[in-house]
Amino acid sequence: MSRLLIKNGRVVDPSQKLDEGLDVLVVEGKIARLAERITDKDAEVVDATGLVVAPGFIDVHVHLREPGYEYKETIASGTRAAAAGGFTAVCCMPNTNPVNDNPAVTEFILARARHAAAARVYPVGAISKGLAGEELAEIGEMVRAGAVAFSDDGKPVVSSYLMRRALEYSLLFDVPIVDHCEEPTLAGRGVMHEGAVATRLGLRGIPAAAEEVMVWRDVVLAELTGARLHVAHLSTAGSLAAVRQAKAKGLRVSCEVTPHHLAFTDQAVAESNYDTNTKMNPPLRAAEHVEALVEGVLDGTVDCLATDHAPHHGDEKNVEFDKAPFGIVGLETALPVTFDLLVVKHRMPLSRFVACWSTNPARLFRLPGGTLKVGSPADITVFNPELRAVVNPEKFFSLSRNTPFAGKRLRGWPVMTVVGGKVVYRRA
Amino acid sequence: MSVKPARALKSRHLLGIDPLTPGEIQLILDTAEQMREIAKRPIKKVPALRGKTVVNLFLEPSTRTRFSFEVAEKRLSADTLNFSASGSSVEKGETLIDTARNLEAMEPDFIVIRHPHPGAPHMLAKVLKASVINAGDGTHEHPTQALLDALTIRLRRGSLEGQVVAIVGDLQHSRVVRSNVLLLSRMGAQVRVAGPPSLVPLGMEKLGCQVFYRMEDAIRDADVVMMLRIQLERQERMNFPTVREYYDLFALTPERLKLAKKDCLVMHPGPMNRGVEIDSRVADGPQSVILEQVTNGVAVRMAVLYLLAGGRGEPVTD
Repeated sequence: MSRLLIKNGRVVDPSQKLDEGLDVLVVEGKIARLAERITDKDAEVVDATGLVVAPGFIDVHVHLREPGYEYKETIASGTRAAAAGGFTAVCCMPNTNPVNDNPAVTEFILARARHAAAARVYPVGAISKGLAGEELAEIGEMVRAGAVAFSDDGKPVVSSYLMRRALEYSLLFDVPIVDHCEEPTLAGRGVMHEGAVATRLGLRGIPAAAEEVMVWRDVVLAELTGARLHVAHLSTAGSLAAVRQAKAKGLRVSCEVTPHHLAFTDQAVAESNYDTNTKMNPPLRAAEHVEALVEGVLDGTVDCLATDHAPHHGDEKNVEFDKAPFGIVGLETALPVTFDLLVVKHRMPLSRFVACWSTNPARLFRLPGGTLKVGSPADITVFNPELRAVVNPEKFFSLSRNTPFAGKRLRGWPVMTVVGGKVVYRRA
Repeated sequence: MSVKPARALKSRHLLGIDPLTPGEIQLILDTAEQMREIAKRPIKKVPALRGKTVVNLFLEPSTRTRFSFEVAEKRLSADTLNFSASGSSVEKGETLIDTARNLEAMEPDFIVIRHPHPGAPHMLAKVLKASVINAGDGTHEHPTQALLDALTIRLRRGSLEGQVVAIVGDLQHSRVVRSNVLLLSRMGAQVRVAGPPSLVPLGMEKLGCQVFYRMEDAIRDADVVMMLRIQLERQERMNFPTVREYYDLFALTPERLKLAKKDCLVMHPGPMNRGVEIDSRVADGPQSVILEQVTNGVAVRMAVLYLLAGGRGEPVTD
């Protein structure tokens, strides 16, 4: 089997508190050696001078759309997009058709992934049967089939009773319960963040309170049950306060924030003149929330970043704002968007940045990876912290193009992605 | 201090009041004043838009605005095509973009659009060569309504500057209030709004108005009271207890009108719900200028069409 030698890179691996110039030797799909100036006659050598070499980035919140919505994305296209975005693994949400609420669908996803995926795929199973929010799905069976976490993502778990039971039941397997926090009667038929911008645009608002009410409820239930709660796509200052308090109490509560909630405010809807690529759920928030989120990432309250990659066909988005589906793609822009914002603009230490994308998600979701320790699978993300380029959706590997980042010039692009020792992406 | 009119409109679309400068608003109002005269001639027609085609794309019920645009177009000698949702391709599931592209293939010069969703005219403006005129987009804007309201006030009062205008009713669901607050505040009027707190959108004051909950506080000593229709069809869920209680708290009655200035103008964009937000004695009373608003609507729409077609601030002649 092949040998790969990545030379002269800056190795940033928070799992070993490493940040130094090292060579990385990969043999038989595993990290074989980390040292200065390795030579190996039989290895393919990659010169990583000026590049950052990090443990593979993991996106714990992705919609791969297969089975059921293959016109939006497939496991093959979505994982190719992941690889091109610097991700070596993704967790895929269960709102497919059929829903991933039983081991047959979990196995199907994993079988398709073995056959066609460019990156590792970890299925997230449904909390409730059919995402209907009524009865628990076969969580144990899905764990056995390979599901790593459970969520009704796309929908909140409205019933507090069901949420309590899901959290309790998860203790048996010690898997995280991931909640899309949204109180539906408060969110109503809103299409953007409720506030002055929505008022000016005449669009129905989704109040920050719709999310916060649910996050607080979940924190209370996490305390009651002692289970692991992970708040998906957290987007408001109040939600962050709830998570902060939960952590201070020692509860097993974690959260993720998406790149777009850090990069845009609700003003983007106005500036783009109702561009439906600024419509997602949770919505882009007002500046005070965005500032709080950035602060939360910098101070560590936010455990990890995740894209909520939500591909939609162009025809579905090319309609009136009210009628367009929520969601944007994120895999192929996440790294430069967050690097440019957090590391360049806000001076976040590189090791903390890598932790947010790799070490932390691996730890929270108990995934292999998130480390370059000798003997671990060779999942490696190599990116160029100096490279500046313009986002061109025409070049996406994803089947969908619904991004608000089109035309943005960003810094810090992935240049090579290695999964299990195999190079799955190399920037041309 | 009156605002100096602009020489022409910058944009070829009228998507809302928000993108307009005070000078542009002044230009439209000045031009509209001249247009009023045409309606008084024995032959109510000028050739300004001869050979131009206007599509009236009305995808939401409308009588007043649709007729008003059509009369305006005809008085300017434009050819008009009327499109409504029922009995059209829209009912067969065609998207707005496709409908518009198909209409555009027939090379109209203007598309006047009324649509239930905010931003629909903006979406068309991004893809069409024709000038797009917003004739009301959901709960967003209704720019020609605000312009005709402003013209009505100006004709009665000489200027908008310093006028105290109270707008009362369902603020949440009203495109009329958004356009009016933007326009009037930009032209130096003092705008107050009032409505049940459950129908006041967040950040309303940032549009340029003072927000009151009690109607009496808003109309006290006002120069103009503008009543908004309670939009029962847009209430997804009840935002106030009953129509009866609403009348009790927010209807313009002769007793309440006494709080305003003696010569206060009473306005309503129509259609009125008599006995809900306005008492008939007020609607039909001496202070009401509700029908003048309708007359001025034609003049304002003529002015907008004329200016978007490239007309400048000189007199319209035939």
